Amino acid sequence: MWEMIMGELDHAMQELARNFAHFLPRLLAMLIIALLGWVVAYVFKFSLRGILRIAKFDKLSDNAGATQLLNKLALPSSSELLSRTVFWVVWLGFILLGVQVLGIVGLQEHIARIFLYLPRLFVALLIFFFGLVAASFFSRAALLAAVNAGSPSPGLLATLIRSIIIIFAVTMAFEQLGLGERTILVAFAIAFGALMLGLAIAFGIGGRDLARQFLERRFLKETQEQKQDELSPL
Amino acid sequence: MDLLVGVPTHNNAATVGEVVQAIRVGLLKYFPRERVVIVNADGGSKDSTRDVVAAASINDLQHSSDLYALRTLHCISTIYEGGPASEVALRAVLAAAELSRAKACAIIAPESTSITPDWMERLLRPVYRDDFDLVTPLYRRHKFDGLLLRNLVYPMTRALYAKRLREPYAVEFAFSGRLGSHLLEQQVWDHGAGGVGTEMRVTLAAMAGQFRLGQTFLGTKQHLDRSSADLVPAMRQTVGTLFWSLDSNFQLWSANHPTESIPTFGAEHDLTEEPIRVNRKRLYQLFTSGVGELEPVLKSIVSAQTLTEIQSIAKLAEDDFRYPHELWVKTAYEFAASYHKSVINRDHIIQALAPLYRGKVFTFLLENRDASGEEMEAHVETLCLTFERLKPYLLDLWNAKE
Repeated sequence: MWEMIMGELDHAMQELARNFAHFLPRLLAMLIIALLGWVVAYVFKFSLRGILRIAKFDKLSDNAGATQLLNKLALPSSSELLSRTVFWVVWLGFILLGVQVLGIVGLQEHIARIFLYLPRLFVALLIFFFGLVAASFFSRAALLAAVNAGSPSPGLLATLIRSIIIIFAVTMAFEQLGLGERTILVAFAIAFGALMLGLAIAFGIGGRDLARQFLERRFLKETQEQKQDELSPL
Repeated sequence: MDLLVGVPTHNNAATVGEVVQAIRVGLLKYFPRERVVIVNADGGSKDSTRDVVAAASINDLQHSSDLYALRTLHCISTIYEGGPASEVALRAVLAAAELSRAKACAIIAPESTSITPDWMERLLRPVYRDDFDLVTPLYRRHKFDGLLLRNLVYPMTRALYAKRLREPYAVEFAFSGRLGSHLLEQQVWDHGAGGVGTEMRVTLAAMAGQFRLGQTFLGTKQHLDRSSADLVPAMRQTVGTLFWSLDSNFQLWSANHPTESIPTFGAEHDLTEEPIRVNRKRLYQLFTSGVGELEPVLKSIVSAQTLTEIQSIAKLAEDDFRYPHELWVKTAYEFAASYHKSVINRDHIIQALAPLYRGKVFTFLLENRDASGEEMEAHVETLCLTFERLKPYLLDLWNAKE
C-alpha cells in the first residue's frame, strides 16, 4: 500500500518535472519576447516622440484645447501621452504574444479578442482627438463672428457649440468602442432635444416680447443705423 | 496695342454703363492716336451687365463734336469660368495685356460712378509717357473715411516696405506691360486666404519687385453703398494680405532701408470735413466687450504684457479711453508675428484684430474730432514714425524661437 502511494507520488513528481521541463522553454520564450517587446516599444516611443516634436503636435494640441484638458487631469503633454500610449500598446502586444506561446487553453481566444479590440480603441481615441480639434476651431470661429457682429453673449454661444461638438465626438468614440451604444445615443438625443426644446420655449413663450424686440432691432433698425454710422475702413 | 483698360464686372448693370462711357470719353479725348482696347472680364453676371457694356461700346459718342477717334476703339467682353473672383478677373486682364503687348494698362472698378474722363489721363499717362510701372490713386475723402488704411495698412506697409504709398489697396490703378508680365509669372495668385486682396497683392508685388511707383490724384471717391463698411472682409483683403506677404518678402522688409517718398501727380491728400454721423459709443462697446470675450484667443496671439496693457485700457471710462500709438503698433506687430507662426488659424488671427482696431479708431476719432486736415495728417505721420521706430520689435518677434 505504502509502496503504491510512494509510486504514485514519484510518478506525479516525475510528471510535474516533465511538465515543468516542457513549460520552462516556453516561459523563457515568453520572457524573451516580452524583453524584445520592451526594446521595440521603447524604440517606437522614442521615434514617435521625435516625430511629434518635429510636427509640432503639442502646438496643435494647444490649439485644440486638448492640453488644457490634460493639465486639468494632471496628465503629461499630448505628445508624451501619445508616445507612452504607443509604448504600452506595443509592449502589451508583445506580452500577449508571449502569453500565447505558453499555450494555455482558452487564453488564446481572449488574447485574439483583445488584439481585435485594439484598432477600435485607436480609432476611438482618434475620433475624440479630432472632435476636440473641431470643437475648438468652430467654437472660436463662432466666438469671433459673434464678437465682431456685436451679438449678445458670444461666450455662451461658443461654449454651447464647443459642448455640442465634444458630446457628439464622445458619443461617436463610445459607439466605436461598442460601449452602451444605445444608451449613449438615446442620452445624446434626449439632451440635444431638451436643449432645443428649452430654447424654443424660452424664445417662444418666456421671451416672446424680448425676441420680437431683439429681431426688430437686429434686422430692421440696427442694421440701418449701423450702416449709416459705421465708417468705411477702406 | 498701346493701351488696355480692364473692367472686371459681376452684376454691375446699374453702374457699369456710366463707367465704360467715361472710360471711352477719356480715351478718345486724351489718347486719340493710340491703339486702345477695353476688356470687360465678367464673372457670370445674371443681370444685363454685358449688354450694358456692349451698348456703351456701340454708342460712339458721335454727338460730342470735340472728340475724334483716329483709330478704332475696341471693346471686348469675356466671361471667365468659376464665378466671380477678383483674382481671376485680374489675371484675365493681365493675360489680355500680355497677348496684345499693351504698353500701359488700367483697371477700373465698375462701381466707380464718380469716375471722370480725366481719370484715364491721370492714371495712364505716367505709365505710358513717364515709364512708371504702377500708378495708384489718391482720393478726396472725408477726414474719417478710410480709417483702416490710415491707422494700420498705410503706416505698416510704409514702415516695412519703406515706400510712402498712401493707398496700397487700390481698386483703380494703372500698370506697365512690364509689371503685368512680372505679375503673371509671380506666385501672387497662390494666396491661402481664398483669393481675397488681389489689388493689395499687386501693390505689394510691385514694391517687392522694386518697380517704379507713382500715385495720382483722381478726385472724390464715391461709396455707392456702405458694403465697404464691413470691417472683417476689409481686414482680410488688406491686413491679411499684408501679413501674408511678409513671409515671402522677409529679405526685403527686414533690411533697414530709409522710407522713400513716391512721386505724386496732384494733391497728396485732400480731406473734406462735412459733418457725418459716427456712433463712437458702439466702437467703444465693441472694443471693451471684444477684449473681455476674446481673452483666451488674444492670449495665444499677443504677449502677456501687451494683453495686460490692452485689458487695462479696456477698463477706462469712455471719456478717458485712449489706445496709445506704441501699444497699437506693438499689437499690430505681435499679430503679424503670430500670423507668420500660425499660432492659431490665420483667418481667426485677422478676425481677432477687428475689435482692437475699433478701439484704435475710437481713439483716432476722439483725438481728431476738431482737427483740421493738416493736423490730422500730422497725427497719421506720428503713427507712421512709431511703426518705423518699432520695426526692430517685429524683427525680434519674427526671429524668436517658438
